[in-house]
Amino acid sequence: MPDISAGRLDAADYGKNFSDVHPPLGAHEAVVESDRCYFCFDAPCTNACPTSIDIPMFIRKIGTGNVVGAAETIFSSNILGGMCARVCPTETLCEEACVRNLAEDKPVRIGLLQRYATDHYLDRHAAYGVRAPATGRKVAVVGAGPAGLACAHELALKGHEVTIFEARGKAGGLNEFGIAAYKATDDFAQREVDFILGVGGITVEAGKALGRDITLAGLKADFDAVFLGLGLQAVNALGVEGEETAGVVDAVRWIENLRQSPDKSEIEVGARVVVIGGGMTAVDAAIQAKKLGADDVTIAYRRGAAEMGASPYEQELAQVNGVRILHWVAPKAVVSEGNAVAAVDFERTALNEAGRLVGTGRMVRLAADQVMKAIGQTFVAGPIEDGETVALESGRIAVDEDMRTSLAGVWAGGDCVRGGEDLTVQAVDHGKRAALSIHATLSA
Amino acid sequence: MADLRTNFLGIKSPNPFWLASAPPTDKKYNVERAYRAGWGGVVWKTLGEDPAVVNVNGPRYGAIHAGDRRLAGLNNIELITDRPLELNLREITEVKKAWPDRALVVSLMVPCEEQNWNSIIARVEETGADGIELNFGCPHGMSERGMGSSVGQVPEYIEMVARWCKAATRMPVIVKLTPNITDIRYPARAAKRGGADAVSLINTINSIVAVDLDSFAPVPTIDGKGSHGGYCGPAVKPIALNMVAEIARDPETFGLPISGIGGIETWRDAAEYIALGCGTVQVCTAVMTYGFKIVEEMIDGLKQYMDGHGFSTIEDFRGLAVKNLSDWKYLNLNYIAKAKIDQDLCIKCGRCHIACEDTSHQAITHMVDGIRHFEVKDEECVGCNLCVNVCPVDGCITMEAMTPGSVDPRTGKVVPAQYANWTTHPNNPSAVAAE
Repeated sequence: MPDISAGRLDAADYGKNFSDVHPPLGAHEAVVESDRCYFCFDAPCTNACPTSIDIPMFIRKIGTGNVVGAAETIFSSNILGGMCARVCPTETLCEEACVRNLAEDKPVRIGLLQRYATDHYLDRHAAYGVRAPATGRKVAVVGAGPAGLACAHELALKGHEVTIFEARGKAGGLNEFGIAAYKATDDFAQREVDFILGVGGITVEAGKALGRDITLAGLKADFDAVFLGLGLQAVNALGVEGEETAGVVDAVRWIENLRQSPDKSEIEVGARVVVIGGGMTAVDAAIQAKKLGADDVTIAYRRGAAEMGASPYEQELAQVNGVRILHWVAPKAVVSEGNAVAAVDFERTALNEAGRLVGTGRMVRLAADQVMKAIGQTFVAGPIEDGETVALESGRIAVDEDMRTSLAGVWAGGDCVRGGEDLTVQAVDHGKRAALSIHATLSA
Repeated sequence: MADLRTNFLGIKSPNPFWLASAPPTDKKYNVERAYRAGWGGVVWKTLGEDPAVVNVNGPRYGAIHAGDRRLAGLNNIELITDRPLELNLREITEVKKAWPDRALVVSLMVPCEEQNWNSIIARVEETGADGIELNFGCPHGMSERGMGSSVGQVPEYIEMVARWCKAATRMPVIVKLTPNITDIRYPARAAKRGGADAVSLINTINSIVAVDLDSFAPVPTIDGKGSHGGYCGPAVKPIALNMVAEIARDPETFGLPISGIGGIETWRDAAEYIALGCGTVQVCTAVMTYGFKIVEEMIDGLKQYMDGHGFSTIEDFRGLAVKNLSDWKYLNLNYIAKAKIDQDLCIKCGRCHIACEDTSHQAITHMVDGIRHFEVKDEECVGCNLCVNVCPVDGCITMEAMTPGSVDPRTGKVVPAQYANWTTHPNNPSAVAAE
């Protein structure tokens, strides 16, 4: 029988394992670290940030004891600066661009400084920003994830009235349901939602799904503009025999359960876990499986380390947490015993002379009590196919630079649009850009 | 290996590193620890007359910090020793006896009457101390009582007291100067006229180190009030070096022995003072920051430097920089330098660009062919050195002298080989025609 169970650890270990992966900086550490910033001209870190936070300025403010001002610099560019400080792959964004890498291979710890400033602010302020006089215009935002929240906040600042329709029971999107628990401890996603909504002028209608409870045509009729921040709804299938076997779970849903469970000891995890995929979800699932007490966790990915969607830093984090990463293997079949999973058969892969990924015929079997599928998510267009059609491109909503869709009065952003990179910070940028475009349109 | 032994006014010490008259030299316990750590000499914290002064019982020090809270400047409102004279004299006697190879100079400050000076000098004579230093420098507290810098600010008083002291003792007399004066040459000349064997400088600078923005009081704050203090530490070194240099090159005081004081933390700082003519250096703030052990680095670093330059004794390089001290008007206007950025060392922070762009001569690029790239535009560069100073990487930007005969792209003129200065420049209304 497969060994899948909850409560593998002593009660105390759950708290320890799911505490902050990067503990916040103390006041002394923050000042010492802020001294390392060179206050670069045309700062490469700022240029590397999708939301263009003036990083040298906020760090300088920390250094002068103006931590509130530092946070305001951050929030003026990125209202989700608190979550971004926790989940951004800074090692491939701002911190990769830091000139200290050239100087001594050690960037300024921008993410932790940003967290220091934003935590300081959230501990003292219920909201950021002052709303402009009411414009009397109404905007509908569909989806209360990072893109929708950023869009709504910016629109609210401009004096518009915003209604966010969220299919799930509460706001937050992937910040609430998706990312690893140890990256957003102490219910931070909800604290941030409250902080964003605190500015006023934003109503959240939870449990309202597009295509089920509301329609695009209806929103267009009732509101002056519509923003679609729908995210991705479907999980890619492995397309191999045995995929439906008990013990094969969808990593996204498994993480969601984990995130929503106040008691992590209730979450079932296998003794031997095989995670199939190479992105952030695979890493988040694998590390959390390990943290729940799995004995052996293997990430199996069909290509090499360089092609993984998870950054080198995230890969290393997985390895440091005891996760094995197996490269160049493609799943072929889920092997079952009785009615439950027993192993996964993989074929070794390689690049052929043309540079294409091919099977080599050599097989490898990984024994497993639990298999997690993390091979990507897909956009489901059904809900927006509603009389008028929003044009798609590469399976996602096509938008222009201002995040306008093909349909007049409808904007979109975040993972549901073409070019979305599954990054909170990029979704924030989309939402904000859309808001500025909506505002310009409504003001015209 | 280089020999660091020093003979200053006949006072011998194994190295030129002395501790200045200050809290670290207030008592036997500290001084013996310093000697054990390797310090070549000490100037015992200033003795006064009984009854001893009293210090404030709140904070005595304030500081300014550079990056990483490195102490850059220290300010104090402490007075001279607050221990009984008898106790200090006894300890001085004991220490000198136990440490005959180390320099032990005693700092003194008494009211400006000949009898007062004669009386305390007679008692110091009995201790076996090597010399005395007249404290005409402290700018706070004692100066309100007509001592310290209030004497040092009046050259006639300096001369008078120095003369009394010379007449009263066999010991060498060092006059410690205050920097709180317009032209340091005047008090130095006065000391020399009074017969002083040497000057030491600088004492601390009048300062308010900070203002507390909640209580609106100067720092350090004593029950809601503050008074100015004396400033010292790395931040004052440039001021002190200049004052030392002024005395070293003044025809009236040229050759007068100098003990250099002010912001010395490393062997390099010390070597700079020696290059300007100092026979010994005195340290205080650095040991108050890091403890006595730093003298190991100073001794070793100075030896390594001297070995590297072929100097076997301090005298081999003492004063070598004095001949290169010049007035601005004699600087060679035909010397033309351009900044050069080493692209291999450049980390692309852009500080050179923005400093030049915003505040100087718009002579450094930030983007070349769409790529972040910092390069000097020779046709705009006036060679000001600002980029060198703001660059975080030592040695990345250097100033390169143009070869005579080449054309300066900024002016389009050939760089002349001959020296020419302001005194003969055509733009100078008082120019003297070249012979």
